[in-house]
Amino acid sequence: MKNELIDFTLYLADNALIIGHRNSEWCGHGPVLEQDIAITNISLDLIGQARNFYQYAAQLINEENTEAKATEDTLAYLRDGWDFKNSLLTEHPNGDWAQTITRQFFFSVYQYYLYQQLQNCSNEQIAAIAIKALKEVTYHVKWSSEWMIRLGDGTEESNSRLKKAIDNLWMFTGELFDLSAYESVIYSAWNIDNDKIKNEWESKVKGILEEATLEIPVNATWHQSGGKTGTHSEHLGFLLAEMQSLQRAYPGNEW
Amino acid sequence: MQMLRKYYYGDYGEGKNGAADISTSGKSNHEWPLWEVFIRSKQGLDHKHAGSLHAADATMAIENARDVYTRRMEGVSIWVVESKHIHASNPEEAASLYDPANDKVYRHPTFYDLPDELKHM
Repeated sequence: MKNELIDFTLYLADNALIIGHRNSEWCGHGPVLEQDIAITNISLDLIGQARNFYQYAAQLINEENTEAKATEDTLAYLRDGWDFKNSLLTEHPNGDWAQTITRQFFFSVYQYYLYQQLQNCSNEQIAAIAIKALKEVTYHVKWSSEWMIRLGDGTEESNSRLKKAIDNLWMFTGELFDLSAYESVIYSAWNIDNDKIKNEWESKVKGILEEATLEIPVNATWHQSGGKTGTHSEHLGFLLAEMQSLQRAYPGNEW
Repeated sequence: MQMLRKYYYGDYGEGKNGAADISTSGKSNHEWPLWEVFIRSKQGLDHKHAGSLHAADATMAIENARDVYTRRMEGVSIWVVESKHIHASNPEEAASLYDPANDKVYRHPTFYDLPDELKHM
């Protein structure tokens, strides 16, 4: 159970860090100043969540192995691609604004319903982080939902870009509800209802897509998976190379 | 001779249709309209002008204002109004509008000597 708890905490942390880092790539490149700041704020929210989970994971790892000396920094900056457990959706490249928005929307809705259950779980630490993060995630859902509707129900071009983004990303959403071995153990220990999360996610996504004059892709039942157990797309390697370069080149360096 | 005109922030004059010129000038149809943002801080009773930003609609304007102007816990309430709805006094009329108040000291309560019997003033 201890090992599964460490893995699950790292999964939550990696998800938040990787999509947070992806969003941070927009900093200085946003379509307009106001949205540049908005997406960067969301980045900071997510990286903040990641820090909380990493700190807890480091504590658990050090309790297991007194020689480990794990910290939030070693977990974020000194692990390799195969150690990362984030879902494939979160590492997917930004693409255009429509793709970034779609990725954020799919992910935030998942986070929202997952944290809804985690906030009542028997692990006080995880529950406390979930309660704090839910305020942020609620806003991310609202912000990304409005953008989905705005783009889908906007111009011909925005509609076609959003459609393309949904088609591109849809095959990565199934993995969110594909339970890995460590999730299965944790979910049954904490009474987390995966089917409920999945149903709530689907009905929320369907509702927003309808408002955006779009549909869930038909005949798209097959999905990619592997991220949760460390089998990633080639995109993660490039992301880590950039994100970790400073700590790799100058170990222990601080601002 | 062309006089130099000094404009202060918010001085547009009625003739220029305010800052909304930016979005209604036809050439820049793709620009989102400009909005003025008013923030009420925790201690304050009134909303104070914080600045302006671009947004497609009122909902987006409030969210943008939240992201741009309340990141450091500056506020607990936000008002936005599209800049074109703000009418400003003409800076050229400043002399006729404001100078006449200069020599009307009796409009200030401190001008009057109050009798000692009057309390709680």
